[in-house]
Amino acid sequence: MTLVQNFPFFCIILSMFSAIISFPMNHRWAMRVHLIMVTVVLALSLCVLGYTASTGESYTFMMGHFPAPWGNEIRIGVLEALMAVFFSLIMLLSVLGGLAHIGRELKNSRKNLFFILLDLLMSSLLALIYTNDLFTAYVFIEINTISACGLIMIKKEGRTYVSALRYMVMSLVGSSLFLIALTLLYTITGQLLMTPAKEALAELVAAGEYEVPILVIISLVTVGLGIKSGLYPFHTWIPDAYGYTTPSASAILSSLVSKGYLFLLIKIFYRVLDFEFVVSSQVVNLLFMLGILGMIMGSWLAIKTQNIRRMAAFSSVAQIGYIYMGIGLGTTAGVVAALFHIISHGAMKSLLFISISGLSEVSDDKSDFESLKGAGFRNKLAGVAYTVGAMSMIGMPLLTGFISKYLFASAATTALQGKMVIAWIALAISTILNTVYFMGSVLTIYHSVPAEQRKPHGMMPSRVESVGTVGLIALNVGLGVAATPVIQAIQTGLAIFG
Amino acid sequence: MLGNLLTNYEDVAAVILFVIGMGNLLLQSNLVKKIIGLDIMDSAVYLFLASKGYIEGGASPIYVDGIMDASYYINPIPAGLVLTGIVVSVSVSALMMALTICLYREYHTLNLDEIMLKLGKEEM
Repeated sequence: MTLVQNFPFFCIILSMFSAIISFPMNHRWAMRVHLIMVTVVLALSLCVLGYTASTGESYTFMMGHFPAPWGNEIRIGVLEALMAVFFSLIMLLSVLGGLAHIGRELKNSRKNLFFILLDLLMSSLLALIYTNDLFTAYVFIEINTISACGLIMIKKEGRTYVSALRYMVMSLVGSSLFLIALTLLYTITGQLLMTPAKEALAELVAAGEYEVPILVIISLVTVGLGIKSGLYPFHTWIPDAYGYTTPSASAILSSLVSKGYLFLLIKIFYRVLDFEFVVSSQVVNLLFMLGILGMIMGSWLAIKTQNIRRMAAFSSVAQIGYIYMGIGLGTTAGVVAALFHIISHGAMKSLLFISISGLSEVSDDKSDFESLKGAGFRNKLAGVAYTVGAMSMIGMPLLTGFISKYLFASAATTALQGKMVIAWIALAISTILNTVYFMGSVLTIYHSVPAEQRKPHGMMPSRVESVGTVGLIALNVGLGVAATPVIQAIQTGLAIFG
Repeated sequence: MLGNLLTNYEDVAAVILFVIGMGNLLLQSNLVKKIIGLDIMDSAVYLFLASKGYIEGGASPIYVDGIMDASYYINPIPAGLVLTGIVVSVSVSALMMALTICLYREYHTLNLDEIMLKLGKEEM
């Protein structure tokens, strides 16, 4: 075993230990530890990506000294390494982009807690990406939920408590359903590791036994993780949770936390339940319909709201719908598009949330459209950043959102004809709705205002924040211009994922 | 059908308890009752899990009387999972209680509907 193969394990342990050692530190040191940790995780994940891309196959890493099927293990391939790279990159840039806000909006005594929660979040996301064990996945789902709840309520205001409560209630139902599914799976297969469970399940399916329990397992896993990632009818917690917390936290919650669950769902579909079997069980059709509903309803709700942060949050509902639509197409191309959109939406939405905070702080900290008029003149960098994010969401060429939409549209051709037509119509309607509200908001922030209102007032972004924002803009443009290697990595990763 | 329900009576009890708990968690407006609902829901899942590990007539899986044969004992893994699960649900309940305390300090009520009403007035 080479040294590089140990890196994924190092990443998980490193982020978990940074959370532990940050407890006695003051907020400056906690921040430094967090930033160093994420940078190191990014560097290590890049090495792992290079290594797995060069070998072209995945490997398992034994945790402890018990081999499968008894021990616990993580499994690393190109896809997992790619996700780890993007998750840590987006985490780093979002934290940098909102650093001054964290300084202003939180009390000093709570700031180190914020970074501890981020450390825990990072470790649970990495564990969800890498783990090959179902029960470990459950435990880290809960760690993820708890740290996300902490991030939502970190401002300690009445509003944020209520959002955190709503988030917790929905999330806990989701994780309980997931645990029941896991119990059922363990009962009929006797395995908790994903790869042996798949073999046992394949035998049962071939023998035609336990048809109903297997169907129940698929539905419970899908609904459980669907609730947690904000699939359309279960989206009610999203706008509050993303709309009121501190900007870095909104960016991370919308672009990473829900994506961790989505990635886990795809992983279970591929590695435990066998994607072809899931497709034949019709559950994907349900996901397809809910995804389409989410795409349209999310955009519709976003048009109706008058608050720019809630608008971005509702837009997340629509974008999660895109991802589920891609999975629901039931073809490999659809899943590739969904996985690309996981990365792409992460880059777009974190940029939007970070730039919205920059715009609202030069508008007396208000985020309704009336106060935001001309904000793009007052804070030029945030204005440009918001415009790039919005254009990317709409699907302008040369930006990452365009590649996503292109992939979804071309993936639809590989699906059944009925689905293809529905997917195309939904994509068209959703793009029009996206254009309505994103162009509307861009026009609002560049609305002509008298000269004295164009002068910057309030806090101006610090240099670090500018680095974060520029980094996110570069990520959006970079993914839009040079998407081919990423798409290829997703394709090769998916081929060895199961 | 009825016979199946009777032989799997633990599962039936677990499902009924789960539905009661989930109903309370989602529908109750009193925050403390919500948390009680959450605990009932979690316990139902653990009952289900634990009953799956029990093998009729098996001994507790502690190796003292020199019997190496696995069929002599019950399956210890579900019990281990339940223990882990209990730890998770304790921390989640603790977090929910902390949230409840914070909300009570802010709004002086445990009723979620009243809290939403006060919140609406604040934003006016």
